[in-house]
Amino acid sequence: MPSLENITDDLDVWLYQQFGATATFLIESVLIALLAIGLFSILGLVLIMMERKVSAYMQVRLGPNRVGPKGMFQTVADTLKLIVKEGMTPDGADKFLFNLAPFIVMIIAMVILAPLAFSKGFQIWDINIGVLFITAVSSVSVIGILMAGWASNNKYSLLGAMRSGAQIVSYELSAGLSVIAIVVLTGSLRISDIVASQENGWWLFKGHIPVLIAFVIFIIAITAETNRAPFDLAEAESELTAGFHTEYSGMKFALFFLAEYVNIFIVCAVGATLFLGGWMPLHFGSNTQFNHVMDYIPGIVWFMGKTFFLIFVIMWFRWTFPRLRIDQLLNLEWKYLLPISLFNLLLVTLMAIMGWHF
Amino acid sequence: MFLVNYIKEVFGAIKSLATGMRRTGYYFTHHKEIITQQYPDNRDTLQLPERFRGEVVMIHDENNEHACTGCTACELACPNATIKIVTKFDVDEETGKKKKAIDTFVYHLELCTFCNLCIEACPTGAIKMDQTFEHSVFDRSKLTKKLNHDGSKIRAGVE
Repeated sequence: MPSLENITDDLDVWLYQQFGATATFLIESVLIALLAIGLFSILGLVLIMMERKVSAYMQVRLGPNRVGPKGMFQTVADTLKLIVKEGMTPDGADKFLFNLAPFIVMIIAMVILAPLAFSKGFQIWDINIGVLFITAVSSVSVIGILMAGWASNNKYSLLGAMRSGAQIVSYELSAGLSVIAIVVLTGSLRISDIVASQENGWWLFKGHIPVLIAFVIFIIAITAETNRAPFDLAEAESELTAGFHTEYSGMKFALFFLAEYVNIFIVCAVGATLFLGGWMPLHFGSNTQFNHVMDYIPGIVWFMGKTFFLIFVIMWFRWTFPRLRIDQLLNLEWKYLLPISLFNLLLVTLMAIMGWHF
Repeated sequence: MFLVNYIKEVFGAIKSLATGMRRTGYYFTHHKEIITQQYPDNRDTLQLPERFRGEVVMIHDENNEHACTGCTACELACPNATIKIVTKFDVDEETGKKKKAIDTFVYHLELCTFCNLCIEACPTGAIKMDQTFEHSVFDRSKLTKKLNHDGSKIRAGVE
């Protein structure tokens, strides 16, 4: 059975024989960049379509159903429209920062992609501090948002950006602590080690209630970190028109929009890797026949399935819950999530020391 | 005690969020609940709700008789002067008595907000809201309508 690991290895060996070490490195970098851009553009189209359909069905509507079969090309048409639109820069804006901000947000999203394991051995960079890298880099995206809000020279944009800053900084804590819970159990920050440690069961099942609590807190925190409802104070349509991207139009707006969905994908992929076993198939203890059937499904399908399940859950949140006020938002983080996750971390540590997990 | 309340609060929050998610999850999985109608496509099978308000019409029975006494209660109830009733006096053939009756029930569809106040004001139930809603015309004067049919008269016994 051809696996993605064999394909990448074969390609690497073949390139090395043909062109030598330096050229191989350069060619592979270009290939990875192309793959990443391709993945991002497809993700943008698919996720926006998915969001519109999910929201429609949850609100007892039909959703887009005119362009193409069942409205599937609606997002393609929208993207074409955004590409041909003029990318306006307002007169009073700080031109350089204004034009730089969407690219910063997008580049950050691309950088986080590096340590993610899509399948066995199909990983851009298996760095030994993978999880730390993801948490560290993902909080840089707030700089792009602040930059956009500040450079727009618009009070709504600035308000949205400042709220986003407060929100990401505070929710980073509980997201980090729930990630640490898994790191404590695994004993490694390397993504491939974390996935390998779940071969006999996902952490969500192996880790009893503390890991379940960590998972719930992680999902809440990443919803807040990606600025999505019920934590969408940064763009709160009814209060701030569109928040930090009020002044953006055309492709620059599309980059922000795309970055939002790519960020959702990435945080959900991290969640799937840490709690749901990444590309590991579902195994039930000693039921070898069942396990064997599950092994036939390729890792990439498992990974994407889990990620899209988490994305669906986050969309479910968005179309169910009303938006929080800024004080409720900070209350939730500092009075509830942070103390609970600190206490939970102690429990997980105790569990890891005593070996109570499976 | 504080800790008990704190934990209770957390569980209460989770429970209420789960209730909301169950509702939206139900709608997500039950597509037959969708209420959207794809209007120009399903013009023939369009299902309008019972209380949909399209335009005001006067009810005429098979003898071309209506129940409007010309009391102008609807005209007074209308918030933006959509209705104008022109009355006349009918002479009763047997007794020779004069009786007030409507000559023309003028209805300005272009002014109407479909608020239903005229229908509620009518003491005899002579007018009702119809479900037709395709009102676009090329000339504004076509929107000024006469609701009583030509040659119609008040039904006997309606006062």
